[in-house]
Amino acid sequence: MKCSECDAQINVPDDAVSGEIVTCPDCGLNYEVVKNEDGVLLKPAESVSEDWGE
Amino acid sequence: MTITLTLLYDRIRWDEKELLDSARAKGLNVKEVDAKTTLLNLNKKADEDYGDVVLQRCISHTRGTYASACLESKGILVVNKASVSEICGNKLWCTLALIRAGVPTPRTIIAFTPESALKAAEEIGYPVVLKPLVGSWGRMVVALRDREEAEAIIELRSQMNGALNQIFYIQEKVERPPRDIRCVVVGDRVVAAVYRVAAPGEWRTNVARGGSTEPCPLTKEVEDIALKAAQAVGGGVLGVDMMESPCGLLVHEVNSTVEFRGAQSVSSTRIADEIVEYAVNLVRR
Ligand SMILES: [Zn+2]
Repeated sequence: MKCSECDAQINVPDDAVSGEIVTCPDCGLNYEVVKNEDGVLLKPAESVSEDWGE
Repeated sequence: MTITLTLLYDRIRWDEKELLDSARAKGLNVKEVDAKTTLLNLNKKADEDYGDVVLQRCISHTRGTYASACLESKGILVVNKASVSEICGNKLWCTLALIRAGVPTPRTIIAFTPESALKAAEEIGYPVVLKPLVGSWGRMVVALRDREEAEAIIELRSQMNGALNQIFYIQEKVERPPRDIRCVVVGDRVVAAVYRVAAPGEWRTNVARGGSTEPCPLTKEVEDIALKAAQAVGGGVLGVDMMESPCGLLVHEVNSTVEFRGAQSVSSTRIADEIVEYAVNLVRR
């Protein structure tokens, strides 16, 4: 899969699950893994918000 | 009958993977629902089958709290309860709950204008800590060493947008070793206790701030205070943080969506198993 930002190759591990984040090795953009009937997709991840985490 | 557990998420971190693995290993029926794409129709009994219990694990605290409230209104069992998330997500609600329950907590003054915030800082005595009411991972938590610094930072804060930024939560800066104690409480038990050691040059101990984790002996005192703090906010699966002050342990935070990767790295108990078992026992009760 290619990064939409910089065109680098992004490898999604076989055991990745929907909702997991993968990062482009070149530009650092975060993608969320979506697995469904159509296979594996990458969509741009939500950016960190002030209420995130503990 | 096989119990169905739903993990409500918006992002799957290590912690959520652990919970999913644990639930599947226990033979539960496991569903994953992405809060980002789900619709919660408030006029219907149920729009989606959430099974017997929902583990609400959204990384966005607001989203998680609101989703929990909607699910509960449909009669669905949610861990943690929306009311618990609500209290833990706001430093003032949390501190009030701790004080009401008699849990030792740092001295805190609330002020509603920059002028009175400065007075509050003087009354507590420098250094003090100014914390945002809402926020996480130690963001925007600042130590004010003297009047000059307090004036500058309070001024800055008062110019920030948002009604909550006009409420000043000022706390004594507790003298303590550069670490705090994190207890993972599940129901009526402390399943892990660890030290979180601040990174060099950083006084905040959040793992998100580069803090590291070391094992901490679970003394009777630590255990009692952690359980009391957990009860104070309504109970469930919680991360209770306390500091070792010269006059004993002080609880400064209770987290309702506990991140337990750090604690797990030095604990022999599998924390995810404890959480899943707790949820299952609530169903069976
Ligand atoms: Zn890229």
